[in-house]
Amino acid sequence: MAATEPVIALRGVTAELGARPVLRGIDLTVGRGEVVALLGANGSGKSTAIRTIIGQVPVSGGTIELFGTPRRSFKDWARVGYVPQRTTAAGGVPATVTEIVSSGRLSRTRFGVFRKGDREAVRRALELVGMADRAKDSVNALSGGQHQRVLIARALVAEPELLIMDEPMAGVDLASQEILARTLKQQVEAGATVLLVLHELGPLEPLIDRAVVLRDGCVLHDGPPPRAVGQHALPGHDHVHPHAPAGAEPIRTGLLS
Amino acid sequence: MDFLNYAFMQRALLAAVLVGITAPAVGIYLVQRRQALMGDGIGHVAMTGVGLGFLLSTSPVWMATAVSVLGAVLMELIRWYGRTRGDIALAMLFYGGMAGGVMLINLAPGGSNANLMSYLFGSLSTVSESDVTAICVLAAFVLLVTLGLRRQLFAVSQDEEFARVTGLPVRALNLLTAVTAAVTVTVAMRVVGLLLVSALMVVPVAAAQQLSRSFTVTFVIAVAIGVTVAVGGTVTSYYQYVPPGATIVLLTIAAFIVLTALAGPLARRRARAAAAAQPAGDPAECSIPAARGAGDEVGV
Repeated sequence: MAATEPVIALRGVTAELGARPVLRGIDLTVGRGEVVALLGANGSGKSTAIRTIIGQVPVSGGTIELFGTPRRSFKDWARVGYVPQRTTAAGGVPATVTEIVSSGRLSRTRFGVFRKGDREAVRRALELVGMADRAKDSVNALSGGQHQRVLIARALVAEPELLIMDEPMAGVDLASQEILARTLKQQVEAGATVLLVLHELGPLEPLIDRAVVLRDGCVLHDGPPPRAVGQHALPGHDHVHPHAPAGAEPIRTGLLS
Repeated sequence: MDFLNYAFMQRALLAAVLVGITAPAVGIYLVQRRQALMGDGIGHVAMTGVGLGFLLSTSPVWMATAVSVLGAVLMELIRWYGRTRGDIALAMLFYGGMAGGVMLINLAPGGSNANLMSYLFGSLSTVSESDVTAICVLAAFVLLVTLGLRRQLFAVSQDEEFARVTGLPVRALNLLTAVTAAVTVTVAMRVVGLLLVSALMVVPVAAAQQLSRSFTVTFVIAVAIGVTVAVGGTVTSYYQYVPPGATIVLLTIAAFIVLTALAGPLARRRARAAAAAQPAGDPAECSIPAARGAGDEVGV
């Protein structure tokens, strides 16, 4: 565990959706340079936990700190890169890959004015995820995996120190999974701190330092990631296969990849 | 071009151009947020403002602006807090606004529903000097917001959750969008009328989408369509004695149909070009890889 001050610190966080308690007092600490996976069955509260950190879901109790600052007064959002679940990121008007990724750079600009360096950052982020050749294409023309890579580029374009990702591997074809794993590895090697929600460890397993398992809004396990066979033993574990575009990839269990 | 010699036509054309620009410029953000019918709702609420204007013998345009801005802010607040019964609250706001307008205008001295008609369906030839001033000021505000904050509004309208993490003031920007939409409704009120206003905000954007792959290009084409149909409808109504508001909206829908018909062949040509650009080793057809990776050999 990191000796420096934690990048993310949740203490006794509770949250409700409507009248239903979703988080019942969660403690979660992520130290600088750590890669922490948040695991658990559907409805265990792992996405809600992440969304309380970014302020999308209001908390009813407990404290949240980002980089040692209470979240309410945290202003330095350029240090945080966020990859939401892909379903939340669909607008009703066509937009190109470049336009989507550029919106991630706003936190580094003054009043949204783009300079040469900002445009270069967008190009670099697209190269990182191997989407530079699709820069002018509409995001609607992309596969699920390519779309996910664009969302990751959008998070990386502000050159964040902390990456928060909600199920980055869900519905992603294998080719994209490999690119995502490679990109994430580069970020971790460069010193990035990562908190990610996962349904199963999958190809990211070698990167993960620590796993936190949630059940019914409580922390069930906090420690080394359950290895190989171990993940079958997790409560509520069920298989979600990466859904490849029709006919593109053979069906795999995702266990050995 | 003799219509240019008439002062009322000059005013009408100026108002039409400004509406043709501003309505799609705001509408594109509403469409992006999937709130395409918000303009329609604001139009209903604005009727109460028009009624108030008549009752208090002040300018209906400014009263409608004030009331529709209030209504739009209220709608945005309902969206935040009233997640569960939000649609019912909005319905009450819309129809209350409409009924309030009819009631107030009947209470106004010398008022009748005939006055209301010119606001419901537009009345370009009666646009006055003071109307033109109001329309110019309001249109300048709308353009300043929709162009000056285009990156911020794009980010918030595309993905609110992500925009929050870039540190954008999401609530303030949502409120600003709502207020700008309300202002646009009152700009367009005299030209196409409150009941048709939403068409000019939404249909040019929908038409432009048929041709474009980017937000910026959609924006430019939508504004171009907006100006073309607004001016075209105004001139047509001068020669043919047809109502300008209805003419403009029907022309917009015609533009949508024509562009949709053009979009099919265009998409096919793009697909062919993309297929030609693909490297030879990556065929577009289905194929089963000859050699499978170790990960595939999974005993079930």
